[in-house]
Formats: sequence, structure tokens, C-alpha cells
Amino acid sequence: MNRRWRDLGLAGLGLVALLLVPVFGAPPAIRDFIMFGMAYGLLAMSLNLLIGYTGLVSFGHAMFFASGAYAFGLAMQSGKFSIPAAFALAILFTAALALVVGAICVRLNEIYFAFLTLAFQMLFYNVILGWVSFTGGDQGLMGGIPRPKFLGIDLADRMQLYVFCSVAFIVCIALLRQIVTSPFGYTLRLIRDNQERAAFLGINVPMVKLACFVMSACIAAVGGILLSLFVSGAYPNFGFWTTSGEAIFMIMLGGSNVFLGPLVGTVILRLLNDIAVSYTTHTDLVLGIVILALVLGLRKGPLDLLAERWENRRQAKAQAVRDAADKDAQKGRDA
Amino acid sequence: MDLDALMRCLGTGSCVVTQLTSGMIIGMLLFLIASGVTLIFGVLNVINFAHGSLYMLGAYIALTFYQATGSYFVAVVGAALAVGLLGILFERFLMSKVYGSNVLMQLLVCYAVVLITDDLVKIIWGPRVLSMGMPAEFRLPPLRFLGGVVPPYYLFMIGAAIATGLVLWLVIAGTRFGKVVRAAAVNGPMVSALGIRVNLYYAAVFAIGSGLAGIAGALAAPVRSLTPGMGFSILIESFIVTVIGGMGSIVGAFVAAIIIGMTRSFGSIGFPLFVDGVMFLIMALVLIFKPSGLFGRVQR
Repeated sequence: MNRRWRDLGLAGLGLVALLLVPVFGAPPAIRDFIMFGMAYGLLAMSLNLLIGYTGLVSFGHAMFFASGAYAFGLAMQSGKFSIPAAFALAILFTAALALVVGAICVRLNEIYFAFLTLAFQMLFYNVILGWVSFTGGDQGLMGGIPRPKFLGIDLADRMQLYVFCSVAFIVCIALLRQIVTSPFGYTLRLIRDNQERAAFLGINVPMVKLACFVMSACIAAVGGILLSLFVSGAYPNFGFWTTSGEAIFMIMLGGSNVFLGPLVGTVILRLLNDIAVSYTTHTDLVLGIVILALVLGLRKGPLDLLAERWENRRQAKAQAVRDAADKDAQKGRDA
Repeated sequence: MDLDALMRCLGTGSCVVTQLTSGMIIGMLLFLIASGVTLIFGVLNVINFAHGSLYMLGAYIALTFYQATGSYFVAVVGAALAVGLLGILFERFLMSKVYGSNVLMQLLVCYAVVLITDDLVKIIWGPRVLSMGMPAEFRLPPLRFLGGVVPPYYLFMIGAAIATGLVLWLVIAGTRFGKVVRAAAVNGPMVSALGIRVNLYYAAVFAIGSGLAGIAGALAAPVRSLTPGMGFSILIESFIVTVIGGMGSIVGAFVAAIIIGMTRSFGSIGFPLFVDGVMFLIMALVLIFKPSGLFGRVQR
């Protein structure tokens, strides 16, 4: 219980910190950077629920990111829904999509799972590209997304949009934290570490995996909705395979064993991207080389490595203290 | 949806012949790529997500060889050898480092390689769409069957793909090399313990798989447009082929590739909007009723 209050307190602090950024007069560029970071951060964080906590390496997570963005954008453009209703509708639609894809994929082994999620993502991407009359094809959702006022909130205002997104972002992060610290979260870790044992303990492994898959898809959808609000549109590349690849790399950069690791990875990757863009047009080349250097050089995420070192040192220290105590006790007995 | 058009097509010989050949063209390209994927997976137990890039390199290298020598046959052989060599480098210096680690690391290495090759192709050959055109050897009058027109190149391409597949099958099923490869697929450490340098065989399998992708790229060059990123969409289809045919089965890849090729060519008349959907439906049905694929071994 204590831990839960502490986490909630930290979430509140995080929200305050996010809201203070524009109060201190940060330039719009930084605010935009944070907004993009929040959208992609939710993508990476939700994907880590699958990869880091459950051991399900999905290569198609951007599909749900795009489905959130498109469902929300299309619902708003239809003019029949308020923003909260469209928000809920987009999440529901994504949940249904994830249920279908997940039902087919979760029973498969690791490698099949990775490339079937990738294949479904490409199917989804091709539908977006091909169904021009509905989705606008490769031009994306044209004409902007209308943002009618609701409950006195006007998302057309950049500042109010920022506040709205920060709140949605923090709520999602808190939810994710709640999931991974709950008994359900520990079930996920058990499945990751030993599926057979989990099954012997009476856990319905495919069911738990499916539930996790749907939850993580819903949070990715929120990320997509936020992004569609910032850019006032939805584009096919939200659901392209490279977006999934980036999300996986964010997790690797930040570390999959640290709760907020993927978020750190998101910031690092976006910074890296911005820096690379200002020096060369071949950002993919740079990105690829960085990935290879990290994967082959460190073999795990830099933050994971740091966390591991820190843990080792802590244990070594504790061991030293215990050894010293033992020695003292020995001396005491000898004397 | 235009099933009437499909019915009308099936009623006329010329349309059937045209669609059959174009279905075979698609199918044979998929077969060559999928058999590389399936071979590498069967022996090394890794999925080469960068296989599409090898196919792309095959097409571009074939184009360069063709422009330099003027001979299409030199281009095909050159592309196969060059891409096979690149495959060895890829295996030795990158993939072999992550064999033991989890799928995440393998995925990241492949992702990085795809990004790098796409950008390198843009740097070397330019970002524009290139095309090879019909090679000089095949600028012949088209053949006619039952009123349908078939360019001679199509027949060559289908024949070359089938011949490549046959040679591959004979090597795997009938030679000592194939025996060792099959043994390594079942138990690599045991083969190694018997005094066989299994790493060499791993590299060779990767080279063969890559060479097949190179041949596929070279065969595709005259009938497809060359763009950076052309490898990815065909990679997805070849995955679908391997899933339907069964991982590790070359015969399965052949049958499934023809199924997908025909779905594509006849589907483009009958249900153009749903071709992708039907392909996925076939795959989903196979996964539900026979998860190991039509010809696959049961997963270890």
C-alpha cells in the first residue's frame, strides 16, 4: 500500500514538473520536443510491457499507435463525436484490433510472434495506404483534426493542449506502473522467465498474454492519439515498420529492466535523431551504425548495464559489510 | 469485389494463361527468397529480417553488372556470388555475435542492417526509381499459348527459379554437405563434437540463403522497378510463404509460394482490394489448423 502511495506521489511530482516547463518560459521548441517525447514515450513504454515484462518481442506495435491516431482522427473528422468520446472510441477500436491480432499470435513461439506481429502491421499499413477514400492514402488524414471545446477545455490552444497531453501521459504511465507492480504484473514476469512453470501453477498463459497484449495496445493507442492531436493529422508512417523498429530501439537504449528506461531511451533517440538530422541527410545510416555499435559492443541497453553495475556494487558493498561483521564476531568469540 | 470478372477470366484461355504466368513469376521470386529464409531458420534458428535487403542488393548489383558487361547471364551469376559473399560478411561479423542472445538483439541487428543498406543504396545508386528494361538476350517475339501472350523472359525466369530450387534440394537431400547441414539443424553442438567445423557450415548456409536472395533480385530486376526499400514488402510476403509452407521446409516454401503467387495474380482480377487480406486469411487458417505449416516439422 505504501509503495502505491509513493508511486502516486511520484506521478504527481512528474506532472507538476511537466507543467512547470512552460511556466518557466521554455521556448516552444522545447515544449514541442516534450510533446513528441510523450507520444513516442507511451509507444515505447507500452511496448516494454510486452518485451521487458512478458518476453513477447512484438515487431508490430506501431500498428496500434497508428490505429489510435487514425481512429481518433476519423472520429473527429466525422463531426459526430466530442473529443473524450472519440478518445474512448479510438481506444476501444484499438483494443478490438489487438484482440484479433493477439488471439492469433500469442500462442506462437518467440520468433513466429515477432514476425507475425510484423506481418499484421504491414497488412494494416497497406490498408491505410490502399483505402484512399477513407484514410487519405499516403497523404495521410488531410484537412486537420477539428478540436471542438469540451468541458471548457480548448485544445486548439497550444498551452491547453500541452496540459491535456501531460495529464493523459502521466495517467498512462501511472496505469502502467500499477500494472507492473500488481500481482498481474508479477504473473507477466513469471511467464517471461518460465512459461511451463506458470502453466503448472494453473495460470492460463495464453489468456494472460492476450490481456497484456490488449492493454499494451490501448496505451500505445493513447500515444497515437496524442501525436495526432499535436500534428493535427495522422500519417501512414505512424504505422510503418520503422516506427516499430524505433520503439524497440528506444527500449534497448533505455533499458528494459528499468521501469522508466524506455522513456529515457525515447529522449536519447529523439535527441540523437535531431542531432543527426542537422549534420547529414543520411540519418538512417547513422542510426544503424549506432545500433550496431551498441548491440555488438554492449550486448544490452546502456542503462541496463549501469543498473546492473550499480546492483553488483551494492551487493558487493553489502557483502563486504557482512564479511566485516562476521570477522568482528569471530574476533569477539576468539577473545 | 468483382467475382464476375474472375469467372469471365477463368472462362477464356488467354486470360488464364496470362494470369498463370504472372502468378508463377510472383511465386518463383517468393520461393527463392522464402527458401533462403527457411534454410537459414532451419539450420541457425534465427529469422533473417534483413533478407529483403539482400534481395534488393541482388537487383541493384545485377543492374550494375548488366550495364557494365551487357550480358544478363553474367549479371545473374555476378549478383548471386556478390550477395552470397555479402551474406558471409553479414553472418560472420554481425549475426554470429548474437546467435545465443534473445530475439530482441537479433531483431535490432537486422533492423540496423536494413537501415544501413537502404541508405547505402541511396548513396551509391541514387534515391530515384531505376529500371533495367528487358535484357538484350530476351528481346524476342512473345510466345502464344491458347491465345495468351507469354514473353520468353517469363519462361526463362520460371525455369531458372525451378532449376535453382531443384539444385538446392538435391544438395540438401543428396550430398555429404547437405547431410551435415541437416544434422547441424537438429543438433549443432553434437555435429561440432564429431569434429566438424560447424561454424563453416553456418556461414555456408548463410551464404547459400543470401545467394538465393541475390538470384531472386537479379531475376526480378527486368520485371520490377528498383527502389531503395524494395526488399521490405517482398520480405513480408516471403514470411507468409514460410509460415504457410512450414519453417525449414523447402518443398513447403515452393508449394506455398505458388499458392500466394496465384492468389495475387488471380486475386488482382477478382478482389483487388482484398488480396492482402486473403493472403493473411490463408496464413491465419494454416496457423490455426496446422501451426507447423503444410510441410513443416513440429517445432522443437
